[in-house]
Amino acid sequence: MAPNVAARADTFPKLLIRNAESFGARPAMRHKDLGIWQTWTWAQVLETVRAYTLGLHRLGLKRGDTIAIVGANRPRLYWSVMAAQALGAIPVPVYSDAVADELAFVLAHAEVRFAAVEDQEQVDKIMSVMDRLPKLEQMVYDETRGLREYDHSRLHSMDDVVADGRQALASDSSFGVWLDNEIAAGKGSDPSIILYTSGTTGQSKGVVLTGERSIKAAEDTVAFDHLSEQDVSLAYLPLAWVGDHYLNYAQGLVAGFCIACPESSDTAMQDLREIGPTFYFAPPRTLEVLLTRVMIRMEDAGFLKRKMFHYFIGVARRYGERILDGEPVPLGARLLYWLGTILVYGPLKNVLGFSRVRTAYTAGEAIGPDLFAFYRSIGLNLKQLYGQTEAFLYLTAQPDGAIYSDTVGPACPNVDIRIAENGEVLFKSPGMFAGYFKDDAKTAEVMTPDGYVKTGDAGFFDEKTGHLKIIDRAKDVGKLNDGTLFPPKYIENKLKFFPNIREVVAYGDGRDFVAVMINIDLTAVGSWAERNNLVYGSYQELAGHPLVYDMIEKNVAEVNRSLAEDKVMAGAQIKRFLILHKELDADDGELTRTQKVRRGFIAERYAPLVTALYDGSTEADISTEVTFEDGRKGVIKARVKIRDMQTEPLPAPMEKAA
Amino acid sequence: MRAPSGPDVAVGDVLLSVERVSLSFGGVNAVSDVSFDIRKGEIRAIIGPNGAGKTSMLNVINGFYQPQQGRITFKGESHTKMRPYEAAHGGIARTFQNVALFRGMTALDNIMAGRSLKMNKNFFWQLLRYGPAMREEVEHRRRVEEIIDFLKIQEIRRTPVGRLPYGLQKRVELGRALAMEPELLLLDEPMAGMNMEEKEDMSRFVLDVNDHYGTTIALIEHDMGVVMDLSDRVVVLDHGIKIADGSPDEVKTNQAVIDAYLGVAH
Repeated sequence: MAPNVAARADTFPKLLIRNAESFGARPAMRHKDLGIWQTWTWAQVLETVRAYTLGLHRLGLKRGDTIAIVGANRPRLYWSVMAAQALGAIPVPVYSDAVADELAFVLAHAEVRFAAVEDQEQVDKIMSVMDRLPKLEQMVYDETRGLREYDHSRLHSMDDVVADGRQALASDSSFGVWLDNEIAAGKGSDPSIILYTSGTTGQSKGVVLTGERSIKAAEDTVAFDHLSEQDVSLAYLPLAWVGDHYLNYAQGLVAGFCIACPESSDTAMQDLREIGPTFYFAPPRTLEVLLTRVMIRMEDAGFLKRKMFHYFIGVARRYGERILDGEPVPLGARLLYWLGTILVYGPLKNVLGFSRVRTAYTAGEAIGPDLFAFYRSIGLNLKQLYGQTEAFLYLTAQPDGAIYSDTVGPACPNVDIRIAENGEVLFKSPGMFAGYFKDDAKTAEVMTPDGYVKTGDAGFFDEKTGHLKIIDRAKDVGKLNDGTLFPPKYIENKLKFFPNIREVVAYGDGRDFVAVMINIDLTAVGSWAERNNLVYGSYQELAGHPLVYDMIEKNVAEVNRSLAEDKVMAGAQIKRFLILHKELDADDGELTRTQKVRRGFIAERYAPLVTALYDGSTEADISTEVTFEDGRKGVIKARVKIRDMQTEPLPAPMEKAA
Repeated sequence: MRAPSGPDVAVGDVLLSVERVSLSFGGVNAVSDVSFDIRKGEIRAIIGPNGAGKTSMLNVINGFYQPQQGRITFKGESHTKMRPYEAAHGGIARTFQNVALFRGMTALDNIMAGRSLKMNKNFFWQLLRYGPAMREEVEHRRRVEEIIDFLKIQEIRRTPVGRLPYGLQKRVELGRALAMEPELLLLDEPMAGMNMEEKEDMSRFVLDVNDHYGTTIALIEHDMGVVMDLSDRVVVLDHGIKIADGSPDEVKTNQAVIDAYLGVAH
């Protein structure tokens, strides 16, 4: 059923009222608490949010104020967003795993007067930077535990705030009228939320989105993917990320589907299986981790199961995608695939929680073609989309039946995409942002004179399919000294497809050859070490083990072979590599909060290693400062070995990109 | 003995007192003439070098060992011999230095096992799992789920504990002890073999248990940082003899304690 768009609601609180009227008895939210799934219907959510809104107002929250939302995906935090918006206040979600310093930056920049937080951990974190937040007046929290003894003059439990509002509403009907007027007074052009970008490129910026545009964008994609109030999604991605706000919050309110919140971030995988969502999003990294886990468990399975698994995965690889896309396949293959569905694909999808998924998306970075094909071949309708916070997510998305692993699909309905002369992708879209918060200069910087937004990504439209292809960040594509094209991500992604390799940082721009730093995957390599009786005491020891180096060397050689097949890339083969002694970590600023590598920062931080990669030495000493989650610092010292690689011979008449 | 509690410590009456207890194995004196008390609501640490008699002392308190001399008074009742089931029924729970869980059972089942003393329906009712027995089980399960939530071990609810890392096993064991809703919780080296992060987590849980459930805690611990941070009062044993008793600060500066730990110059 298509959502009722006749009664145009231009803010999210108005949509909430519409949903409570249209399908008030249907589930709006679920949350697993004390091991049992609790459900709230749209009518119940509306009632609670109304009480909460009034409660917050009575604490002093006003139209135009900003309120920080810090914590995991929990119903009360989503309601905090709704309640703030109902008052015309602007919610500012912050990554819950941000260290105190990052948190302080966002809260201070957004000038928040209020903060709605999950638990004691977040309260403590905010308290620790209180001196940098002179405007912060009140905090409300969800989880009571450990907070009983705290000074409650500026601290309140959400339950108390809701109860206070509920009591006021019951005792005086004028409050209800006032509240209705407040919601009706909200304009679609008002700021609806401020989402801070993850800061892939320097300090994070506050992207201001308006209600009307957000809802328009969500309506288009809800129609595109035929989402309705019958759907269910599991909200396990960070609240502060545009993906969660769009896919779950905005689409949930527009389509009226149910958002399920996991019991805790650690149980998301199990909860996924219990809920069986129909709409699913996962970044390539999560899909990779899942596949690695499946493969490891299969290695440990019995002989018969292992044989059966590998045989039918082989069948799926040959025919699965063609069957999914509705292409003709021989009858025998169809029968085999059917048998495979019963014996392997069905149970596997069930274990992964994908049994009911109708539409699944992945985005955020390039996905390995084999990884992508694996999920599609077992019958998961996995598609790619491309977008960014400034566009309120969607710019392109692959329609059902036209899926390619190396494209991100054609422009979404009502999205206008243009490629600039330097290859940068520009767009105009319904969900386009209103500007960066308190930063007109930056806003002007990313806008073209005729009103397009610069994405910062380089790409082109594929002639065959008409789909957009993204190569890399426009400013990251570099050249080796001999002029060979060097797109670092392309090389990194090729390596990262191996389950043993978790993260790669490639260097080569302005250098004589390509060299890479590698992070091994502790789960995969650890399990391999266990099977091969390899004793190790720490990540560092395992990473430096000669046998691990041998294994990674084989992977690098394979990537070199595949690079050599492509004339343009043949010169960009990897000549030297090393395995890093510690895992790259967002707490140390090496990855962004969305887990992307920050190449420049890493080059500075590991400068002695980068130098050693290029000066021919076979090992180098490095000492790095690490930050623990509570903000304390320590130092890790190591001696890292470097290996030379044999490269494939270049194709005889060397052709280089000029 | 006086007991100067820290300024912000809300300690009540004496919950358990140990009076002139001696315990020996053959010719070896494990504990000699030791007296101290544990007050309601406090975190009481028992420390001492290896072989000082700490675990023996704990075993005497929960009735695992019978002392040759001395008395133990728990909640006003005096015992020359405390039997383990009396201790358990009376509200004393403990964890062990070497984790003692049912390794093949899940975390959930292990913690449920801690509820068995609280189950009123007899064995046959429980076999039936019907009517009153079912209602009782549901109620117990709810309490167990609260503990699981409290200790943040939802993820491993259904995992056999034998497959869990050591730090988590320790947490499950704490959960099982909590399931008994004890008045006095004895922790035998709760942080042994843990890394820094696990120790911090465990310290947090010990403080939370004390704060949230109001449980009195007696713990043995080797990590001095942990002891000084957590405990309200510390008793120090050396070669089975009590050599000091007082607040962490007092104990830290006590010459006898320093000598016991660092040795005396000859």
